[in-house]
Amino acid sequence: MSSSTDWPLWEVFVRSRRGLSHTHAGSLHAPDAEMALRNARDLYTRRSEGVSIWVVPSTAITASSPDEKDSFFEPAGDKPYRHPTFYEIPDGVKHL
Amino acid sequence: MAAVTAHQTTQKTLGTANAAGGAGSTAAAGETDAPAADHLAAFDAAVAADERIEPRDWMPDAYRATLIRQMAQHAHSEIIGMQPEANWITRAPSLRRKAILMAKVQDEAGHGLYLYSAAETLGTSREELLDKLHAGRQRYSSIFNYPTLTWADVGAIGWLVDGAAITNQVPLCRCSYGPYARAMVRICKEESFHQRQGYELLLALSRGTEAQHAMAQDAVNRWWWPSLMMFGPPDDASSHSEQSMAWKIKRHSNDELRRRFVDICVPQAEALGLELPDPDIRWNEELGGHDFGAIDWSEFQEVLKGNGPCNDQRISQRRRAHEEGAWVRDAAAAYAAKHAPAQTSPRTPASASASAQTSASAQHVEETA
Amino acid sequence: MSAALALGDDALVLSHRLGEWAGHAPVLEEEVALANIALDLLGQARVLLSLVGDEDELAYLREERAFRNLQLVEQPNGDFAHTIARQLYFSVYQHLLYERLAAGDGEFAGLAAKAVKEVAYHRDHAEQWVLRLGDGTEESHGRMQSGLDTLWRFTGEMFQPVEGLDSPESGVDWQVLESSWLAAVTDVVERATLTVPAGPRSGGWAAGAGRQGLHTEPFGRMIAEMQHLHRSHPGASW
Repeated sequence: MSSSTDWPLWEVFVRSRRGLSHTHAGSLHAPDAEMALRNARDLYTRRSEGVSIWVVPSTAITASSPDEKDSFFEPAGDKPYRHPTFYEIPDGVKHL
Repeated sequence: MAAVTAHQTTQKTLGTANAAGGAGSTAAAGETDAPAADHLAAFDAAVAADERIEPRDWMPDAYRATLIRQMAQHAHSEIIGMQPEANWITRAPSLRRKAILMAKVQDEAGHGLYLYSAAETLGTSREELLDKLHAGRQRYSSIFNYPTLTWADVGAIGWLVDGAAITNQVPLCRCSYGPYARAMVRICKEESFHQRQGYELLLALSRGTEAQHAMAQDAVNRWWWPSLMMFGPPDDASSHSEQSMAWKIKRHSNDELRRRFVDICVPQAEALGLELPDPDIRWNEELGGHDFGAIDWSEFQEVLKGNGPCNDQRISQRRRAHEEGAWVRDAAAAYAAKHAPAQTSPRTPASASASAQTSASAQHVEETA
Repeated sequence: MSAALALGDDALVLSHRLGEWAGHAPVLEEEVALANIALDLLGQARVLLSLVGDEDELAYLREERAFRNLQLVEQPNGDFAHTIARQLYFSVYQHLLYERLAAGDGEFAGLAAKAVKEVAYHRDHAEQWVLRLGDGTEESHGRMQSGLDTLWRFTGEMFQPVEGLDSPESGVDWQVLESSWLAAVTDVVERATLTVPAGPRSGGWAAGAGRQGLHTEPFGRMIAEMQHLHRSHPGASW
């Protein structure tokens, strides 16, 4: 006999130390945001992995689809002039 | 952010699992469907190139099913595996050992959580998997159907059972399915202390009083053969192996990993001053590894069938904990529903963490973690 | 040193009781949470007992009558609501007490300053659950109320001044501690739509209670289990 109401899924983001951004650590179930935050603390920072946590309902995330991969990401592939290595600078010129 | 993509899929596939399954079956059955054939080609190419398959990628139905089965079994093993060791928490003979054991059993709950989460990216839910476990429709590792009779068993589990598990799991960190591989990276990192604590525990016993030494030897005698069985049936009798290897869910054969494990354990046993209960273990110069005695696979089959010493006990305790917890889970869900308006309004992550309602706790976490 | 023993035994015994939950918690996330609390408490116990002597000798070789913990913490787990009631009563007490110790300059100031952060989290955990169980379903409301009611009679003992912490220098005013505790507990209980129990906060037995080494029957069985293996191998190291 299982519980009639399943707790929703949350995504957990942890800032490992000050100065770094939050990164996705994993997910968990919790009945609400406050418990999600606490469960995340207990589960994902028990070895001092973090100094700050975000929890986000999994349903609140909109993600790009693999089907759109080509149209989303390939156009960025042929614009090498966005990168500093594209440009040739004479030897000996410094601080550029 | 691959991981975010991963979980978006959970939501998507939860709703559209059937549709996705349908598309997959078409591909498997016909190959006449051009887009599906393209998908399969892309999938095969990604696996061949050692790229990771992510949740929203197209994948063959059988690949999805194999992964769900394996991750579920793995997750179930973690949480059932809490029981034999938790059996000794209240009797741990020193406070240091007690703290170590509690932390270890806690890790197992955590590892179960990581794995259920990884399985959820494939469109199943934890609740569904637990129901299958409780109904006996999904398995967990048979090793946990053996009892922990003495304190030394805690050490033997750490050394041999966790050792065998790690031998199995390290290659899984490179498994073709991204979420599973990522969960395994985290698990392997955390588990490295599990095996060491077991070894250290046995070492203390082996070098302790005569009674302690005997206790340690007895535990090794009882856990050695079941640990070897953890690698699964011999290669020529393993039903799932070939396909899993092709899909890079599995990287080495059962027998290959088993031999690797024996080779690792022989010198470790020597250093412990304990004997492995197999008179046939000897170095084979030609093979560059150890020969060892024949495994009694009939015992393995019996335990698998449910006739192990603790099958009923383990599953009934799990079921009982779940049933007795139902009112707690319901209560929290009911509370959340009553207080919902404040929780579900859409916000960006940044403003969520700064909102009045959660900021106190977020700060609190910063200070104490 | 009797104060270190009293506080250390509280932490040791409650940690043991929480350890009994392993594998039985209502949901996996709660397995992890309860184990965290148990581990914090065990850590506190080890520091405190080590101030008195060898931690293992003290934990494993004392007879029941030599333990100085509160009767509250030795009470069996019962259902989850019962455990949460015990957590609420004790963690609010421990939090308030350790805050005062941390603010003072007595011998416990250092360790209390570290422990108070852990205990603040335990208190928060208990409060969150009291709110959810109290204001959850009819069943959870009933169970939570019953847990609070059953354990109420063990809460009076908490405010008997602990020997060694009974002077003004200790920084602890036991009467103020009691009224702060009552106010804090009342606040949570009422927000959880529950009722503060009406009965007396201590038993009618004049002999005293846990701080005097007088315990309840379940405690004897608890330490029998806890000490059995250690005592079966005198002088062995583990």
